[in-house]
Amino acid sequence: FFQYCLSGHPTLPCNVLKFKSTTIMLDCGLDMTSTLNFLPLPLVQSPRLSKLPGWVLKDGSTFLDKELKECSGHVFVDSVPEFCLPETELLDLSTVDVILISNYHCMMALPYITEYTGFTGTVYATEPTVQIGRLLMEELVNSIERVPKAQSASMWKNKEVQRLLPAPLKDAVEVSMWRKCYTMPEVNAALSKIQLVGYSQKIELFGAVQVTPLSSGYALGSSNWIIQSHYEKVSYVSGSSLLTTHPQPMDQASLKNSDVLILTGLTQIPTANPDGMVGEFCNNLAITVRNGGNVLVPCYPSGVIYDLLECLYQFIDSAGLSNVPFYFISPVANSSLEFSQIFAEWLCHNKQTKVYLPEPPFPHAELIQTNKLKHYPSIHGDFSNDFKQPCVVFTGHPSLRFGDVVHFMELWGKSSLNTVIFTEPDFSYLDALAPYQPLAMKCVYCPIDTRLNFIQVSKLLKEVQPLHVVCPEQYTQPPPTQSHRTDLMIDCQPPPMSYRRAEVLTLPYKRRYEKIEIMPELADSLVPLEIKPGISLATVSAVLHTKDNKHVLQLPPKPPQPPASKKRKRVSDDVPECKPLKPLLSGSIPVDQFVQALEKHGFSDVKVEDTAKGHIVLLQEAETLIQIEEDSTHIICDNDEPLRVKLRDLVLKFLQKF
Amino acid sequence: LSFFRLGPGAGQDVGRSCILVSIAGKNVMLDCGMHMGYNDDRRFPDFSYITQNGRLTDFLDCVIISHFHLDHCGALPYFSEMVGYDGPIYMTHPTKAICPILLEDYRKITVDKKGETNFFTSQMIKDCMKKVVAVHLHQTVQVDEELEIKAYYAGHVLGAAMFQIKAGCESVVYTGDYNMTPDRHLGAAWIDKCRPDLLISESTYATTIRDSKRCRERDFLKKVHETVERGGKVLIPVFALGRAQELCILLETFWERMNLKAPIYFSTGLTEKANHYYKLFITWTNQKIRKTFVQRNMFEFKHIKAFDRAFADNPGPMVVFATPGMLHAGQSLQIFRKWAGNEKNMVIMPGYCVQGTVGHKILSGQRKLEMEGRQILEVKMQVEYMSFSAHADAKGIMQLIRQAEPRNVLLVHGEAKKMEFLKQKIEQEFHVNCYMPANGETTTIFTNPSIPVDISLGLLKRETAIGLLPDVKKPKLMHGTLIMKDNSFRLVSPEQALKELGLAEHQLRFTCRVHIQDPRKEHETVLRVYNHLKGVLKDYSVQHLPDGSITVESILIQATAHSEDQGTKVLLVSWTYQDEELGSYLTSLLKKGLPQGTS
Repeated sequence: FFQYCLSGHPTLPCNVLKFKSTTIMLDCGLDMTSTLNFLPLPLVQSPRLSKLPGWVLKDGSTFLDKELKECSGHVFVDSVPEFCLPETELLDLSTVDVILISNYHCMMALPYITEYTGFTGTVYATEPTVQIGRLLMEELVNSIERVPKAQSASMWKNKEVQRLLPAPLKDAVEVSMWRKCYTMPEVNAALSKIQLVGYSQKIELFGAVQVTPLSSGYALGSSNWIIQSHYEKVSYVSGSSLLTTHPQPMDQASLKNSDVLILTGLTQIPTANPDGMVGEFCNNLAITVRNGGNVLVPCYPSGVIYDLLECLYQFIDSAGLSNVPFYFISPVANSSLEFSQIFAEWLCHNKQTKVYLPEPPFPHAELIQTNKLKHYPSIHGDFSNDFKQPCVVFTGHPSLRFGDVVHFMELWGKSSLNTVIFTEPDFSYLDALAPYQPLAMKCVYCPIDTRLNFIQVSKLLKEVQPLHVVCPEQYTQPPPTQSHRTDLMIDCQPPPMSYRRAEVLTLPYKRRYEKIEIMPELADSLVPLEIKPGISLATVSAVLHTKDNKHVLQLPPKPPQPPASKKRKRVSDDVPECKPLKPLLSGSIPVDQFVQALEKHGFSDVKVEDTAKGHIVLLQEAETLIQIEEDSTHIICDNDEPLRVKLRDLVLKFLQKF
Repeated sequence: LSFFRLGPGAGQDVGRSCILVSIAGKNVMLDCGMHMGYNDDRRFPDFSYITQNGRLTDFLDCVIISHFHLDHCGALPYFSEMVGYDGPIYMTHPTKAICPILLEDYRKITVDKKGETNFFTSQMIKDCMKKVVAVHLHQTVQVDEELEIKAYYAGHVLGAAMFQIKAGCESVVYTGDYNMTPDRHLGAAWIDKCRPDLLISESTYATTIRDSKRCRERDFLKKVHETVERGGKVLIPVFALGRAQELCILLETFWERMNLKAPIYFSTGLTEKANHYYKLFITWTNQKIRKTFVQRNMFEFKHIKAFDRAFADNPGPMVVFATPGMLHAGQSLQIFRKWAGNEKNMVIMPGYCVQGTVGHKILSGQRKLEMEGRQILEVKMQVEYMSFSAHADAKGIMQLIRQAEPRNVLLVHGEAKKMEFLKQKIEQEFHVNCYMPANGETTTIFTNPSIPVDISLGLLKRETAIGLLPDVKKPKLMHGTLIMKDNSFRLVSPEQALKELGLAEHQLRFTCRVHIQDPRKEHETVLRVYNHLKGVLKDYSVQHLPDGSITVESILIQATAHSEDQGTKVLLVSWTYQDEELGSYLTSLLKKGLPQGTS
């Protein structure tokens, strides 16, 4: 068993598992932090961004000034933003048989894999994962494509050039792997390769392996995966949560008895308590609005936003915010809100109960009905007519590099009345803000990451007790900024095996058995023999059939009938070599009884001599000698076949056959 | 595998479904329906068959409900709360959501309107539903260590499912009601090639090969349109959920296209609620509706309004969907009584009617009905029957059998004559046994399952490695020892079996003296023997060792001079019992002497 590690990002994993004869890719996360090195894409021409000075090298050479711009003390690439792909060279990705997706955040690299590597397999994911994943991709493509940028910078990527650049560009990794965003046709092609699955559905792969998605409690349709054969079990835990938010709770019990547990997607903010952060979010929002300012919430169009809207639903009346408009702006805002209401089966118990009434599971339906929450595909069109301030705007993208959020940053950044509240944990908020500095606007950081923290992990591991844990190297040491916090790492016995990008791990596993089926006719023909109390043995001579990795034992074909002489040869060609092997023998020969048996069969001149290890039985007339020891019998005789066979059968009577 | 049925169950009667299956020692009850045609004790199944031997909970491992129609779940609160069952009840999410509403509705009609006592209460419905475990499609639900169930999409109505029940090596698929053709709001039933030992299929439309759906729809629209045009009123008795939505979508689009103005009503109570369920469980509808629901939700009707009792007396044309569907009680019956006397009006029965209901009577041609209080109602309005129930027809049933590849088929929920026809067809085409037991009859089906054992990887690898060399397609003969201990079966190599049991191998060896006439020197004789054997035994490894001995595979041959006769050499041929055949063959070969001319 091998694990090829194609991504170094612990929450956007991409691993390939070679398990038995199958090649299984686990998630294909897309690292979008690379976009932080690029200038924002403004929807409306921004005088500030278009007048930025080109970057000049220390020696005064200006050949990069078209590609790199200087902005508030940082250097940014002035180009279409690019993403860091999973490793594509470590193994031939066209050999991947299946891709298992754990949640909609971990499938964003899917089009790159399915459309560019010769991949011909199947992708498995739950229905909410696919639907919401599609929305995320649609939003991404849309927000990049609607701001066409002629320029695509590549000179700076040259290794020799990159060396000369200031940090963080200088240290950016794998820049040659960075790619532009995919297109909608590619997204559609990729998604058409997905087969929908439900929780606890057992999916057979080539008869050799069974994979099963389990609820992971993190997002709508999010799953962990069990990859198992009859004798080995690998659990893949990715993006799980034990908090009660909207999704179905995590299924922990099914992770038990794993030989290997691969652990990815833990919280990115282990020190922040999500509940506290939600409280802080609401308070900051209320204060800003009461003071006449606007609130900007950069967010993804699905996920935590449902929980935030639910909190606000309970909060706005008591906080006196009933008249403040809430806007949700995204090309997929409407779809996201609608889709959230139709996945009753994937929701937590409380929400399911509401659907049974029947009422919409999420209260944002009511917010929309009462006109408190309005959604728009973009800032253009209806929104500009309805737009009233002060207000609260939810919009993407959380990186602040593209999407409608860029417009609001430019619009509201200059006033200290306004606040931007960061709730998504995927991007460093300081890096995200860098190209907008200096800012008068207040910035509040309330990252809400409901994924497992280290205390929950250690409790989980104690409960499910895997034999081995495999995790990204980041989880085996404290975070670099808090090196004294040894509690912020995985602690288990034996210590976890860690991996990093572009590494190949050999997973520890020893297999000793395989499943085989004995056909009823063969089973009927077996003669079990009780060897010890409670233990029976039967010797099996059978024909082994192997098809689709499944093994079946059948009765050996009957020996061919003594045929008409000419046809004999052909018949024996068709029949397998089925001379039954002779069984092994065990036991010992009691000499006295053996001699009695010989005499009974007409040997009158039997003579027994004692030796160091046993006896020699002599049949004088036949010039035959039988050496009998504890574990062996040796018959030495003349070439008299009937005699030899007679003696052989006498000896066999005293022995057990295996 | 044996298979029983609770009397009066679902056998040759479309009255209700309630089937008991025993599989590998597990007892599972499939559906728990009530009979719409009876108003007395006969409406519920008779559970005394089980209860005479003890409690239901002890006997049954689980209960499975295929869909929310009352002939499949109507007796559930009676069964669980009045007879007493506390084990798990499985159904899909939409069924779990809708089932209690229909039960409550049914209870209200029976108790509140007809004043019957000795019936389940609202609280009992609630308590009963607490025992329900909702299942996802395709989820493998582990009922206990040995018993697992899995739901497949069945079409028919929202949330309808077929169930696979598996215990040990045996499996049964129960279809409930299903539909193999997609319609305006639901998809077609689907199952994988799961090769169950037994497929229990409904057979409501066992002989019908229904004309194309489009024709039926056109016919329906034409009749409704004509009646409305001449100022008549159309009554369509339906159940609140199911065909109602299908026909609503049909009429809605027709009204839109033809720009018709006559009002369409849907009888009160369940309407709004019902459509809400369809909106929230849109993932259970067909692909087209699912795809477009964000832009346009098909279950938000523009032309169809809620009905008020007073509307029935309004002059002018109208179309009313009213519950229940068999005209046996409630609003549909009330409206029917009001409109029956006018020949301009029309009643369209879109589904099957159980014997004993008003619906069944008028469909069988009765035009003078005796109502409560000895009143005679003369039916002058036109009566039309149009099969819109989403059941599989004969073609569909055959198609499902082709998909699932069962080893046995059992037909239920149909009429004896029609089932007989289908049974013959199935046996002819698929060469499987087909059963059609009568109500209360028990059918036993024997299976002969293969036995799964654990084979040691060493043994398997050894065998496949040998097999892979010359011819992959040729089956291989393998030899092993099966160890049976505490119900576990392991197949290992004989050597390993000996080792595990702490036994030593007993070696049995034979050494035969073969005399050969050959005056040459010993080593020359050996060479002659070697060449001879090599020529004869082409497929074997024959070696001449430096110490002067010869081996054929693991058989050792040594030559010595005869102590008395120089012209005779003695060959000692020595082999173990495992090489018995070859050893015996060699001695007889050598006994024949060496061919002349070899040197």
